[in-house]
Amino acid sequence: MKKHGLLYKIGKQKELIFIALPFFVYTFIFSYYPLWGWLMAFQNYRSSSIIKFWEQEWVGLQQFKTLFGGAEFPRVIRNTLGMGVINLVLHFVSAILFALLLNELFTRRFKRVVQTISYLPHFLSMIIVVSLAQNMLSMEDGVINQALLALGLVQEKVHFMGNPNYFWWIIGFTNVWKEMGWNTIIYLASITSIDPTLYEAADIDGANRLQKNMYITLPGIKSTIVILLILNVGWVLNVGFEMPYLFRNGFVADVANTIDIYVVEKGMSRLNFSLATAAGMFKTVVSIVLIGFCNWIAGRMGEEKLI
Amino acid sequence: MMNNKLVKRSFGSWLFDIGNILFMVLIMFIMLYPFWNTMVVSFNDARDSIRGGLYFWPRIITINNYAIIFNNETLFTAFGVSVARTVLTTIFNVLFSAMFAYVLSRKEFMFNKFLTVYMVLTMYISAGLIPQYFLYKDLKLINNFWVYVLPSLYGAFNVIVIRTYMNTLPDSLAESAKIDGANEMTIFFRILLPLCTPVLATVALWVAVGSWNSWFDTFIFAPARQNLSTLQYEMMKILSSSMVQGSTQPDYLSMQQQGSSNMVTPNSLRAAMTVVTAMPILIVYPFMQKYFVQGLHIGSVKG
Repeated sequence: MKKHGLLYKIGKQKELIFIALPFFVYTFIFSYYPLWGWLMAFQNYRSSSIIKFWEQEWVGLQQFKTLFGGAEFPRVIRNTLGMGVINLVLHFVSAILFALLLNELFTRRFKRVVQTISYLPHFLSMIIVVSLAQNMLSMEDGVINQALLALGLVQEKVHFMGNPNYFWWIIGFTNVWKEMGWNTIIYLASITSIDPTLYEAADIDGANRLQKNMYITLPGIKSTIVILLILNVGWVLNVGFEMPYLFRNGFVADVANTIDIYVVEKGMSRLNFSLATAAGMFKTVVSIVLIGFCNWIAGRMGEEKLI
Repeated sequence: MMNNKLVKRSFGSWLFDIGNILFMVLIMFIMLYPFWNTMVVSFNDARDSIRGGLYFWPRIITINNYAIIFNNETLFTAFGVSVARTVLTTIFNVLFSAMFAYVLSRKEFMFNKFLTVYMVLTMYISAGLIPQYFLYKDLKLINNFWVYVLPSLYGAFNVIVIRTYMNTLPDSLAESAKIDGANEMTIFFRILLPLCTPVLATVALWVAVGSWNSWFDTFIFAPARQNLSTLQYEMMKILSSSMVQGSTQPDYLSMQQQGSSNMVTPNSLRAAMTVVTAMPILIVYPFMQKYFVQGLHIGSVKG
């Protein structure tokens, strides 16, 4: 390409710039401009039509001290991490195992039917999923309780939804039910890219199927696993609002509240905007640090970096 | 594995295949049974359901549970709002994501790198709920129908997926059209957009499902106006009323029941409502399955 001046380039690309400009402005308004709201975390913001934003009381790090000084927020962090780690582990184990087993199916059509059915829950709203789960786990007429009783595995009905010890696991396994099939897609795609001659060589050496999975398939999808692991460790605090909120009830409130729920309750219900903003800000900053850290680890391990 | 013909299959291998098939059948059962059971409860007489023991078929078949839902004007309005937000969001999001992707797919574009980073960063950095709420308040979006549409005019992930697809198309298409004097908009609408149909279908389905399924925005940004409520949000209200024993269900449903022989329990109502809310997706899914999945292959992990 010949070298031209900047103005020439701009003139040449004015149409593209003209199309891109609204996207630049739109993204600024909806994603970057709200970041100034983080300043609220350093104020004692009072909703009022008289006091202007800059004239609100500035309190420095007071809100963060309140957050970490009390008992509630540390418990909320514990819950978020607990659910996040359980979700992460169950997610990986279930998806990888299921992908390997799907890969061992030799009938194409059967495999496709299984896949189609296992992807379905991914497309249902959280509300429907929680409603289905509660229908199954219900104390009064839930099928699981009745099946457990009939099989003699329990003596009396289990109050699944009311026991704090079960809560994180119910969230974890409901997530597995919803996303396991969908999560295999990426692994199955990665398995198809493994060089088939490796399997032929293993056959000649007399490797059995377990060995082929252990020494060819798993190492073959290692980089996919690592990339997804990084992505998901970065999101570990994002267990979100929806599922814990919908499953929550009075019995399990202590273990159910996540950072996102805390933000909604402090901010939207109690109108303590500053405290809620501080909590949300804490979450975003920790997530970014986690993503950066995992990205760095991946680089050190010689894997492709995410960003 | 296909290579199994090469080796004689051992007894253990044969046993594994049988076990694996049985396992897959079990998985399919686990995936489908919750729907079936909820369907059974929804078609069963509400007072009878309390007795429990409903597994595979309703004992006393009735459509009362559905009659309550379909005779309800509030739920009809909510259905309309759900459809409207889904259609508008899908049209705008797909069109604008594709347009942005087109600009970013042009390798000679001078702001290409900058805009890509600028967009990708928004996937990781979010200001959080409270600043977002204040922004929407300033934009007069609170308790306004457009709060369902305006915040998602394009999606960063969708842009990446569409751009990846566009990059697989030959550059010469756009170049030759340019030599013929076509402007960028013409190239985009007449040449690129029709070629991208498969990936656009995938993205459209993702966006439509996401919009249809969301309730958080109603919950936070439009809770004050009943005529802006969506089907999912009404479902959410019924769900929370059925969870807590003896709590109040949404007024309009208890009002309707008073003095009628159509007694329903929150639990049966929830079952019927679950079926109604899930139905559009269950109907569309088998036909669209191919499109739902293919975009993930196109887009791969990166991004």
